[in-house]
Amino acid sequence: MIYLLTTNLQQISPEGIIDRYPNSYNHFVLPFVIGITFILIYLFIGLIRILYHLTGEDRLKLLKSLFNPKTAWKNIKDIFCDCLLHTKIWKRKPLLGYMHSAIAFGWFLLIVVGHIEVWLFAPRHLSGLTEGSLYYPIFYRFFIWINPAHETLRGSVFFFIMDFLLLYVLSGIGLAMFKRVRSIALGMRHTTKPSLADRVALYCLWLIFPLRLLAEGFTADLSGGGFLTRPLNWVFRAFFGNELNFLPTWWAYSICLGLFFVAMPFSRYMHILTEPLLILFRNAGLKVRHPRKGFAEAEIYACSSCGLCLDACPMNVQKKNLKYSSVYFMRFLRRHNKRKTREIAEKCLMCGKCYALCPVGVNSPAIRRAIRETQNNKIQCDYSYLGKYAEKSSENPKSGGKILYFAGCMSHLTPTIIKSVETILKASGQDYEFMDRNEGICCGRPLMLAGRGDAARQTIEANSKIIRNSGCTTLLVSCPICLKIFKEEYSLKGIKVIHYTQFIDSLIKEGKLKVSKSSSAIVYHDPCELGRGCGIYEEPRNVLRAIAELKKASKERDESICCGYSLGTLTLDEKDKAKIAESSVSSLMAENPQEIVTACPMCYRAIRSKAEVPVKDFAEIVCENIENNDKN
Amino acid sequence: MIDFGFGVSPSSRINLDSADKEKFNELAIAEPDVLKCMACGSCSASCTAAAFEDTSLRRAILSLQNGLGDDASKLLSHCMLCGKCTMVCPRGINTRHLILSIQKIYSL
Repeated sequence: MIYLLTTNLQQISPEGIIDRYPNSYNHFVLPFVIGITFILIYLFIGLIRILYHLTGEDRLKLLKSLFNPKTAWKNIKDIFCDCLLHTKIWKRKPLLGYMHSAIAFGWFLLIVVGHIEVWLFAPRHLSGLTEGSLYYPIFYRFFIWINPAHETLRGSVFFFIMDFLLLYVLSGIGLAMFKRVRSIALGMRHTTKPSLADRVALYCLWLIFPLRLLAEGFTADLSGGGFLTRPLNWVFRAFFGNELNFLPTWWAYSICLGLFFVAMPFSRYMHILTEPLLILFRNAGLKVRHPRKGFAEAEIYACSSCGLCLDACPMNVQKKNLKYSSVYFMRFLRRHNKRKTREIAEKCLMCGKCYALCPVGVNSPAIRRAIRETQNNKIQCDYSYLGKYAEKSSENPKSGGKILYFAGCMSHLTPTIIKSVETILKASGQDYEFMDRNEGICCGRPLMLAGRGDAARQTIEANSKIIRNSGCTTLLVSCPICLKIFKEEYSLKGIKVIHYTQFIDSLIKEGKLKVSKSSSAIVYHDPCELGRGCGIYEEPRNVLRAIAELKKASKERDESICCGYSLGTLTLDEKDKAKIAESSVSSLMAENPQEIVTACPMCYRAIRSKAEVPVKDFAEIVCENIENNDKN
Repeated sequence: MIDFGFGVSPSSRINLDSADKEKFNELAIAEPDVLKCMACGSCSASCTAAAFEDTSLRRAILSLQNGLGDDASKLLSHCMLCGKCTMVCPRGINTRHLILSIQKIYSL
């Protein structure tokens, strides 16, 4: 009874804030309320669905990670940096970073500060749904009247902050509109073709903030306003008279918000809400187990369709192949288009560049592999010979060698690599054994990439047996493809798996290998599996700086362009591969080096077939520059 | 054709009329590169699995052309898909996809 009385009396706060509408309701809030209710229900059901599709083990992992202080802190940090500030985009493309953080962070602050304002000045309206807590803070300026004679400094500060934030968001929206016309100005050569839902949501998003400015401008003489809305109000009054014709703009603002929320689950903007979930999953260490359900579903909805992967994909040298980019892959996955997703999954080079450059960190290569698994894992093969070979090799273990050198299949196609590595090993006086001098088992990575995980397990098992029985402490590999799987899938406790670039770098640092510096200018090509795959960028460069003048490629390190002959692709044909190799070479030739150096037998062959300058393997060039040249 | 039944060793005669061309056509659609092979044998010479078991892509393609699908899938059943044959093929055949396609169409 008393409560009702107070509402009817329109409580006057010390600052002279009065509810203009006794029950704080006007019909125009309906579109917004419908929209927000829809999205909240959709989110809840979606979350339950995703959690339901996770395996029990994964759910437990997730739960544990939430209470682990280390991952919890990482979660908070990642959510703040990636979802709000967009540090990943800032680092690579500052203007694009500004654009996105202006919209995302600006909007977030508008909501937060708006709620704080309501909490300070009209706390009653945050107390429950009957008081309009769902919509009141959003449309606060509509519902209040402030006595100009009672305006306080505290209130004015909020007017200023809110207007400033609105300006911040509007600057982002302005850039976003400009990006649609000229994306290259913001550092994007290609942009995604938006789908219908994307367009609806996009135009709504563009309209929301200008409409908010208009609506708050119209009401500024009643609700008060800052440096943006108040002058706007004077202008409007001069044009439209003193009539209260602001209701239509508040309707339009509410409709845009409502429509945006309704279009959201079907559009790219679902990433706003899904990205935090993906971050939690990723930090909990979950892996893709099914190409469409559980973790994969979180990834699919977290894809922001920004199209940064379009510029990243090495296949973009041919316009016809742009359709195989991750962004369209994610879109087709979302639509359950099995034919298209399979086609794209099999075409991909699995170079991992889209994953490395993705601002959300959507691991699309993992989903592609999961799709390949559904297609190819059922193929039955006869690998009984692997076990027999492992048995035979273990009978007389390659004893003595502390270092076991595994060249791998591809290195056997480029004997110069093997010869150079052996020369270096001998020159530095290392005790080593050659694991696959005459014959050897494939490391299993090619099978893994082809989606034949079960078959790969058999080769892994056989190789592990041989390696463990050899009594080695270091496994030296010269092929990054092998390196990746040795590091990730093999369980070789007590054995250090090391790539020859790392090995040579440590030999030079320890003074076991002396190299002389030549005057030639060289450029280094980062192989996908070595760079993005294993994170080895510095070691080869350290060594190369010591032996020659190291030039830069136009795209290098994690932006390096795949040589095109990756084992990752299943269906890409020879001509397209050659085109990619050409683009890779032209990026390497940016500063006109005299030689190209790479550290992968595949890249070596691929680049050699397209480059006009000599191409050398890393070990080969080190070998040439060993002091007191002792080449045998 | 008449089989007189006097042979000491089993007949190696190939009857292309009784061969199942459907599967080969399916394969040629899945991986048209199968038609490009000139049987140079580079793939077999570089094969990793051939060091252990009887494995040859060249012979597998030849078997397919002769309508002997079973022989082909047997010749490829030890393949580890390492991709050396792709790198050495002078005709630029996408051997890994070809092998996978043969296994899928003829073995499953």
